[in-house]
Amino acid sequence: MYAQMVKSEGMKSLEEMSPEERAFQERVDRGEKIEPKEWMPEGYRKTLIRQIGQHAHSEIVGQLPEGNWITRAPTLERKAILLAKVQDEAGHGLYLYSAAETLGVSRDELFEKLHSGAMKYSSIFNYPTLTWADMGAVGWLVDGAAIMNQVPLQRTSYGPYSRAMIRICKEESFHQRQGYAIMMKMAQGTPEQKEMAQDALNRFWYPSLMMFGPSDKDSVHSAQSMAWKIKMNTNDELRQKFVDETVPQAEYLGLTVPDETLTWNEERGHYDFAEPDWNEFFEVIKGNGPCNEERLGARREAWDKGAWFRDGLTAYADKAAARRAASNVAAE
Amino acid sequence: MTKKEWPLWEIFIRGQHGLNHRHVGSLHAPDAEMAIRNARDVYTRRKEGVSIWVVPSSEITASTPSEKGPLFDPAESKVYRHPTFFDIPDEVGHM
Repeated sequence: MYAQMVKSEGMKSLEEMSPEERAFQERVDRGEKIEPKEWMPEGYRKTLIRQIGQHAHSEIVGQLPEGNWITRAPTLERKAILLAKVQDEAGHGLYLYSAAETLGVSRDELFEKLHSGAMKYSSIFNYPTLTWADMGAVGWLVDGAAIMNQVPLQRTSYGPYSRAMIRICKEESFHQRQGYAIMMKMAQGTPEQKEMAQDALNRFWYPSLMMFGPSDKDSVHSAQSMAWKIKMNTNDELRQKFVDETVPQAEYLGLTVPDETLTWNEERGHYDFAEPDWNEFFEVIKGNGPCNEERLGARREAWDKGAWFRDGLTAYADKAAARRAASNVAAE
Repeated sequence: MTKKEWPLWEIFIRGQHGLNHRHVGSLHAPDAEMAIRNARDVYTRRKEGVSIWVVPSSEITASTPSEKGPLFDPAESKVYRHPTFFDIPDEVGHM
């Protein structure tokens, strides 16, 4: 998902917990929201900073693969739509950074950790967007996969995170639908256009499945995060749900999901499908994906080259405040 | 690199229909003017509002969570403050 492999703290039973921890867990179990100034276990706070921070970073870095196509969109309308979508991603990043900051980490600290590689963003954004059809595939599949995770997270236990998710989910559906609309146009277009749409699906299918993170049996951090309700479903549950919803959408487009083993399992009531190559996933997470250097490089460059502008605004604000203070003194 | 972090602002938006300004979130900005400009981009991309207030977060005083009981529990036993507490016979008509 937009947050993958978030390291969580060790899990305790109710008996092992301190009275404070037990009262906290019982509040979470009752479905109460935890708010910033309230007592919370240190592990809860730290895990949430990692998770919300990673989610925020993903939104911000996620602008880059699509930003790549703004200047090359096929029509002015498509360009305006893509621009609006990328602007939404910036907004989503900002909502999430604000939520993370309520836990006692500063914005600059979060940026610093992204730029140094200490914090990650979703593996999906380390893949290139080679053709216009990729804008369709990203909206349809990548935003589609994100929605699977974000909808249940609206009910997460941490108030500011939940409120950010509610706001994001309202806007996310536009993203997926604009992607699918691009895919429809391409799939119903010339043979070459349909070919591009199929190629985009081929390249984005497995990386999209990877977004949900490793299989539950290899996912060591799930239990505690689920007890705290900062993770609402297991990775495999969400992946299955994504496949079940996406396959009929691909069929409608007349495109083929690049998985020969894909079959409807009558007994389970779900599709059986092939796992992605998890070695590839771990390589991308480690920084060896096709675009890791380019993405992080672009973020660092934007931060460094924007420094003079941020400094200028700060200097202006300081001077204006000093002028106001001085005129107040003169008036007394 | 910027040494000083921009202060945090709380953003309040009044929706289309004449309701109160409502807290929608927060953002960083160097001053109030920039806070309004940024709030317009971050919180009103879909015509969510007709007016924006920005307030420095540091200027907000909040009740503490531990006061929750003493502050809010007394209202619990005063159900008669709600109109539905009183049974009015149907014959009386709408009241």
